[in-house]
Amino acid sequence: MANSNAGGGFIGNLGKIYGGYAGGFIVFTLILAVLEQMGVPNKIIGYCFVILTIGVYAYIGILSRTMDLSEYYVAGRRVPALYNGMATGADWMSAASFISMAGGIYLGGYNALGYVLGWTGGYVLVGILLAPYLRKFGQFTVPDFLGARYEGNGARLCGVIVLFCASFTYIVAQCFGIGIITARFLGIPFEIAIFVGLLGILVCSMLGGMRAVTWTQVAQYIILIIAYLVPVVWLSTKKYGIPIPELTYGQALQQITLLEDKLGVVKHFTDAFTNAKGEFTWQEFNNFWALVLCLMIGTASLPHILMRYFTTPSVREARNSVAWSIFFIFLLYFTAPAYAAFAKLEVYQNVIGQPIAQLPAWVQNWSQVGGLLTIKDGNSDGILQLSEFVINQDIIVLSMPEIAGLPYVVSGLVAAGGLAAALSTADGLLLAIANALSHDVYYKMIDPKASTARRLIVARGLLVVVAIIAAAVAGTRPSGIIQMVAWAFSLAAAGLFAPLVLGIWWKRTTKIGAITGMMSGFAVCLFYLVMTRYAPVTFKEMFGTDLWFGIRNISSALFGLPVAFVVTYVVSLMTPEPSKEMQDFVDSIRVPRGVVAGT
Amino acid sequence: MADKLDAARMQEYWNKTSRLMWTIFALWLFFAFFIHLFAVQLNGVTILGFPLGFYMAAQGSLIAFVVLCVWNAIAQNKIDEEFGVQED
Repeated sequence: MANSNAGGGFIGNLGKIYGGYAGGFIVFTLILAVLEQMGVPNKIIGYCFVILTIGVYAYIGILSRTMDLSEYYVAGRRVPALYNGMATGADWMSAASFISMAGGIYLGGYNALGYVLGWTGGYVLVGILLAPYLRKFGQFTVPDFLGARYEGNGARLCGVIVLFCASFTYIVAQCFGIGIITARFLGIPFEIAIFVGLLGILVCSMLGGMRAVTWTQVAQYIILIIAYLVPVVWLSTKKYGIPIPELTYGQALQQITLLEDKLGVVKHFTDAFTNAKGEFTWQEFNNFWALVLCLMIGTASLPHILMRYFTTPSVREARNSVAWSIFFIFLLYFTAPAYAAFAKLEVYQNVIGQPIAQLPAWVQNWSQVGGLLTIKDGNSDGILQLSEFVINQDIIVLSMPEIAGLPYVVSGLVAAGGLAAALSTADGLLLAIANALSHDVYYKMIDPKASTARRLIVARGLLVVVAIIAAAVAGTRPSGIIQMVAWAFSLAAAGLFAPLVLGIWWKRTTKIGAITGMMSGFAVCLFYLVMTRYAPVTFKEMFGTDLWFGIRNISSALFGLPVAFVVTYVVSLMTPEPSKEMQDFVDSIRVPRGVVAGT
Repeated sequence: MADKLDAARMQEYWNKTSRLMWTIFALWLFFAFFIHLFAVQLNGVTILGFPLGFYMAAQGSLIAFVVLCVWNAIAQNKIDEEFGVQED
């Protein structure tokens, strides 16, 4: 697949190629398992997993290098629905899904299921409202669509601004996740580990753009889903004799409830909308809905996801591809609560109540990674109490195989999976940002006469610059992974959802309406997020309350979204109706067959 | 077959498409939000060890989302073929 002529053969043999690859990876894992039994040290096993998988991605990335614009921006539009589904799955499931989500459920119980719901349900909206129509429109980027539908560079630039803010927040979180994994499994300091991971990101995306990212993402999906399922299936079989964790963790939930009573835990794992004291509160109730809404709408607004549907051969394939995407994503998401439940049960049964001096080596190893695990013998009795064991949500998935006493090879496997998840999303985001800057800002706005070679050089240069800045920001540890990711969703939802959906579904939407709507919605969301996060005192002075309606800032889009819709609607009605040509354009993207009007 | 639908056929095509969209949208609202309003009450029922409210948020609604996406793809592809606007 090094040149586009060989593409047909490659596309025709995808099943064989990736089947062989998955088989090879399983054999590799088994060999390492045998080596572990023969006494090969853990450190070597961790190295093997991290280095070999990154090596494979790099290999695919280099093979897929291209000098063709359509290949670089949209993988030549030859990605079949099934494989685009897998690539979207990897693009979608990031460090937040893989590393933090089950940890969030471990700590938050039912309330954290908002993430599970919010990060799946959005695909229904992508499928019914956006993907097929954006595919029909068929240019290179999401701002391209805004620029065409709202006639000009004003809307395009607004789109780029929102895209940049949301995707950059998101990519910082991914770099953070990559840093945690490489630091722990290569045994190097966090700040250096981030930049080592960065090389892994760049080598996949730089030479081949969307084409390279697509085929590495398929490879990364296969690794991440195997890595996520293995420890949970293993534990389910070990505990209950059935290898289907999604069925058996009901029993684990019951055991957890019994142990909670014994240990004196007041906030039950399965209780809905409870606060830290275990009481039902309306604030938790409201925040649950706000979060679910923002994450779902954010799904349907994030450019790195939407641009994946530009790569299918047809509108029909784009639609089918949404169904494949949610199926592949579903496989991980409906397993995550089982992962959390098993981890909780293991901690309650095998960690709490043990003499601190006898705790296994994993406690030591994890305590060294930047304060993510702390054990303090508060009452100096030498026994670990529940309140003395503080574990960060970002390391629960990674440490669970060790906590449960599984062989270290499973830990290595999970690390490889987490790395695949973080790298694949980081690549998709990086490409979304760099493409928007190189295609929409540089080519469309600054130098429309630029040659193909020049455009590709600019795209690659920007890719490297953005990646380095993101890694540098991540090095300052700005916040937890899951919070940063949720902010990204809110920013995208408030800024992009209204102009995209109304642009397709309401012909009356005007240029001025869309621009004012998206900017005001985005501004409200950004204001709430920044003020409540960085200037809570000023915010309280201004409004006399800490939070509007008690809604936390991870759901800031709750305020931005209605503003965006109302402003777009009202201003559109106040401005003259879009031209006949524009209405024809909208009609032409609503129908799969035929050419897009006006292009 | 002409490449372009006339205005009336276009309107009819879009009405059908919209109806499908709103149907799935309503079911989405139900599984994404409505059913979980009663999570506390549903948790009173236990099936296979799962409190039902917990189960719906952890698995039930997710299965519904997958089914909705598959249904949308199949039904919309059928509408396209009915109006002869599918791609070659």
